[in-house]
Amino acid sequence: MKKIGGEWYFLSAVMMIYVVILFVDHDFFSRSIRFFLNVFWQILPIFVLVFALMVVANIFINQKVITKYFKKPGIKKWVFVIVAGILSTGPIYLWYPLLAELRDKGVGHGFLATFLYNRAIKIPLLPVAIFYFGLKYILVLTLMMVVFSVFQGLLINRLVSTKNRCNGV
Amino acid sequence: MSQRTDFKGMLIQSVRKSGRAISRLLPIVIGAILLVSLFNNMIPKSFYITLFKKNVLLDAVIGSVIGSISAGSPLTSYILGGEFLKNGVGIGAVTAFLVAWVTVGMVQLPVEIMILGRRFAIARNSTAFIFAIAIGILTMLIMDLV
Repeated sequence: MKKIGGEWYFLSAVMMIYVVILFVDHDFFSRSIRFFLNVFWQILPIFVLVFALMVVANIFINQKVITKYFKKPGIKKWVFVIVAGILSTGPIYLWYPLLAELRDKGVGHGFLATFLYNRAIKIPLLPVAIFYFGLKYILVLTLMMVVFSVFQGLLINRLVSTKNRCNGV
Repeated sequence: MSQRTDFKGMLIQSVRKSGRAISRLLPIVIGAILLVSLFNNMIPKSFYITLFKKNVLLDAVIGSVIGSISAGSPLTSYILGGEFLKNGVGIGAVTAFLVAWVTVGMVQLPVEIMILGRRFAIARNSTAFIFAIAIGILTMLIMDLV
């Protein structure tokens, strides 16, 4: 039997709240549904674009590619780590084992932190972000996040010694 | 011919994987918009005005705290952040909220500690929290200039 994901429990719980509200305050229910439909129809077309970008990312970016380029020297490594972080997909915890392996092979903690920071920039989701906040704001924010990811990498390299490699340190 | 078949296979696999990801995202997004719709009708705009004191630094700190303890898809943070903006919350606070949401991982902190080490995980999340505040304030200043 197929396991039901937590996301469906979440949606069911919210829908239950709506069912209760429908009986308690019909007017409040109607206003909320109208607001929901208005927002939902606005963002629905953007989901098609999000899907297309996800397909492209899934074809070209995988853990093998990331591991290969993590070994580049000097400034190239920083550039690669930033790009790899931005392009990497999937839940963050799936990347932890690979990052632990890279750390054990001598990749500095700072590079791992920069990689993780740049994972916050989600190219497939940018159309939605632009829809809500505008292109100018998203460009400024993305640039700021890339710059600060390097600051964080440099800071983490100083704060966390390469000796602290074993689990739980 | 073989390369074309390989690419076709990769494309089908990728479409399936992305389809699965989208099907996991949709219920979360629908649920989040439904919740936001409720709160939008329930909470008066004055609530946000009282929560955020119109002090740039303090508002960015509050935004970063809320973003840090929240979890879920970044899409949810965009929906919430968009509503915050519409309700009069400053761009600095909203930016700190958005950045902290995606860079500070309180929920996955135990896993991060177990795999990447306590010192690294705590240093990374603490600096990410502070940077969210800094990015919030700087983005606000830059947006005023450009």
